[in-house]
Amino acid sequence: MSLLSVSDLSILLKSGEGQPIVDRISFALEPGQRLGLIGESGSGKSLTTLAVTGLLPPGLRATGSVLLDGTQVIGARDRTLDRVRGHAAAVVFQEPSTALDPLMRLGKQIAEPLRRHRGLRGAALRSAVAAALDEVALPTRVAGAYPHEVSGGQRQRAAIAMALACRPKLLIADEPTTALDVTVQAEVLALLDRLAAAHDMALLFVSHDLAVIGKVTDEVLVLSQGRAVRTGPLAEVLSNPGDDYTRSLVASARRLDAALDLTPEVSDDSRGA
Amino acid sequence: MRRRAFLVTGIVLVAVVLAVALLSLFWTPFPAADTTGGRLEGPGAHHLLGTDKLGRDLLTRLMIGARIAVAVGAGAVALGALLGGAAGLLAAFANRWLDDSLAALLDILIAFPTLLLAMLVVAARGASLASAIVAIGLAMSAIVARLTRVLAKRVLAMDYVTAARTSGVSWPRIVWAHVLPNIWPTLAVNLALQFGLAVLAEASLSYLGLGPPPPNASWGRLLQEAQSTVLTAPVGAIAPGVLLVVLVVGVNLLADGLRDVADPTRRRHR
Amino acid sequence: MILEARDVGFRYADGAPVLSGVSFGVTPGRSVALVGESAAGKTTLLRLLLGLRRPTSGVVLFQGQPLPTGHRAARPFRRHVQTVFQDPYSSLDPRQKVSRIVAEPLRALGFTDHGSRVAAALDAVGLPADTADRYPHEFSGGQRQRIAIARAIAVEPTVLLADEPVSALDVTTKVRVIDLLAELRATRGLTLVMVSHDLAAVASLCDDTVVLERGRVVEQGPTSEVLGGPRDPYTQRLIASIPRLPR
Ligand SMILES: Nc1ncnc2c1ncn2[C@@H]1O[C@H](COP(=O)(O)OP(=O)(O)OP(=O)(O)O)[C@@H](O)[C@H]1O
Ligand SMILES: Nc1ncnc2c1ncn2[C@@H]1O[C@H](COP(=O)(O)OP(=O)(O)OP(=O)(O)O)[C@@H](O)[C@H]1O
Ligand SMILES: [Mg+2]
Ligand SMILES: [Mg+2]
Repeated sequence: MSLLSVSDLSILLKSGEGQPIVDRISFALEPGQRLGLIGESGSGKSLTTLAVTGLLPPGLRATGSVLLDGTQVIGARDRTLDRVRGHAAAVVFQEPSTALDPLMRLGKQIAEPLRRHRGLRGAALRSAVAAALDEVALPTRVAGAYPHEVSGGQRQRAAIAMALACRPKLLIADEPTTALDVTVQAEVLALLDRLAAAHDMALLFVSHDLAVIGKVTDEVLVLSQGRAVRTGPLAEVLSNPGDDYTRSLVASARRLDAALDLTPEVSDDSRGA
Repeated sequence: MRRRAFLVTGIVLVAVVLAVALLSLFWTPFPAADTTGGRLEGPGAHHLLGTDKLGRDLLTRLMIGARIAVAVGAGAVALGALLGGAAGLLAAFANRWLDDSLAALLDILIAFPTLLLAMLVVAARGASLASAIVAIGLAMSAIVARLTRVLAKRVLAMDYVTAARTSGVSWPRIVWAHVLPNIWPTLAVNLALQFGLAVLAEASLSYLGLGPPPPNASWGRLLQEAQSTVLTAPVGAIAPGVLLVVLVVGVNLLADGLRDVADPTRRRHR
Repeated sequence: MILEARDVGFRYADGAPVLSGVSFGVTPGRSVALVGESAAGKTTLLRLLLGLRRPTSGVVLFQGQPLPTGHRAARPFRRHVQTVFQDPYSSLDPRQKVSRIVAEPLRALGFTDHGSRVAAALDAVGLPADTADRYPHEFSGGQRQRIAIARAIAVEPTVLLADEPVSALDVTTKVRVIDLLAELRATRGLTLVMVSHDLAAVASLCDDTVVLERGRVVEQGPTSEVLGGPRDPYTQRLIASIPRLPR
């Protein structure tokens, strides 16, 4: 049985006005499988991930079916979903600043899911927090800091540590590396790759960056204005984009990629150390 | 649309109590302190809602009670909001050391029982309407301060505040243009809750004899007086209770409604 | 040099040094990128350049003069130097209309013709005029970033300090905002200092690049040389980490 099976998922305004924001999309993930969800800003990527975990904001409603680890998420009560969240699926959000409580020390925030889901207390809890920080390459000192006292990258890594803490079967990562610099991004992508493989964790990876998605998954689903416009292996999408939107996406990605092909002019003294 | 209906209901409920309170300043059916009928009369043509056990007109006493309820609620909320709001903002702007100390102080104040505080105030100033307002307002200000501090800190961490600073916007102006507009809706809802709690707190003060002295009794005292006769003269207990609920519910609907109306994200663009 | 850091060191009240011995400068009309990994001190350096914090050692110079202290004295500096942030969600006050957001620096810096300047700024970033009386939540991330850029250029600054201005934008929007910034540079002679870990954006926009590692400058020079033929091992590692499209 699939770990996650989404069929004909639509997301609409409760008031019933306007077009559906997400329009009948379907996909499935087996345990350990990975999928990249790609699309422009506002195409509905985040709302799709929220619908999968039953976290849609109040003004919106979902129709269709989302089976997560055997539980029907659409229309489920919060109590049912609390059991699923964390265990079956955990989410790393786009905005580290919204996922973290600005008034609570980071160590305490990472300890919270460990306490709730793994029942750890006291010294065991402290060492688990230290291990969780270590796993995302954060110094232990960060445990005592408030979110605004660490850098943007450190904040996002703390959020990732929180999500990974309960060893979910499915990790949903909504642009988790947007706020990270390239070296840490490379580390985090490698980390996600390694952890997913080690724990047979499935990955639903949201990004607008084809190059980033290429680091963790080979399979992509392209969303444009709430519709799935293209799906298939990344290499194929790149070489044969198909529809207009995917074509402009690939062109932009290629342009940014080409900007990096720099050849130094030969002048030796213009550089400081 | 339903939201708008709640807001209108809130406005109507509060307006009715307010009108009654204002009217009582100029006119009541009977003088408040006078025995004008038999004891515990039921509702009738002469005494619309009947009389209490001393033969005083119940409607008159309820009208004066409205005045006290509004005065206590509004007075305590005003005091709590000004004092607590100022302290909370101060803490939000303070350096870490001062902020930590203020936070600790607030925690202690919040743990301090309101009634104990009230007794201290009454001991110092004597039992009166003003004493009740001061006591309840002081207790409330600690709660308001803590909330204000949290909300303001959240706003101050936003990039739009930094952007304002880099444009040379002064701190007072930042508070006025960014902090207050972003925190008042949440504060207002909380203050509405506090309004209700203040009215109820005054009732318990009166019960202990620490409230405004008779004959200007509050609804709380009316309720307490009617306790022993609730079976023979139910109106005496029901009427102040109903009014209390009307006022508290009205204020809460009003605050909720105002918050929604003021929130641009809940409004639809034409 | 229009803006210059000279041997700047900094530590936050309760921490280890974040910057030490940082020196670099921008000449008018040039664009400089500050790159480096997370926590290298890029944002901190930007705060110092903005005068939001004072360096613990060394000086920041604007047009050859140390940054003025004091609210009033800083005004001319603030008029010249404006800023754009990374997060297009927290950089616009959700309770203000776009017109008021964009007019804020105008009001604070004593301009009088708010209406026409707001309209001109919105036009310059390619937003329709009716943007002005809408609220931030009605816009996408890319549009919000345009609004933030409009706010920054409304007072016609000479220097724009941008902290990851395109990092939160999707690829197609990113390309458009990069084009917008390039155009503003070309048409207004704007000096740009951009913090970014997005080396593709850096390569597209910046003449020079300064590489920071743990609060120290490890390499600086023309972007084509620093990114094209990095000498420092740290810079080499940085460039090797860039995810590239599979071929
Ligand atoms: N609570 C809400 N009520 C109404 N519309 C919403 C709500 N949240 C999001 N939307 C709209 O739904 C659309 C999809 O939003 P979503 O956040 O899923 O986009 P996204 O693909 O994640 O974009 P990004 O790359 O910018 O994060 C957008 O047009 C947005 O304006
Ligand atoms: N307000 C603060 N108080 C104390 N320490 C801080 C504060 N802000 C940042 N720091 C620390 O200063 C160091 C540099 O942070 P800074 O935000 O400048 O990094 P950055 O280079 O911008 O990183 P990123 O790319 O992740 O945003 C970090 O170790 C961070 O934890
Ligand atoms: Mg999103
Ligand atoms: Mg930064």
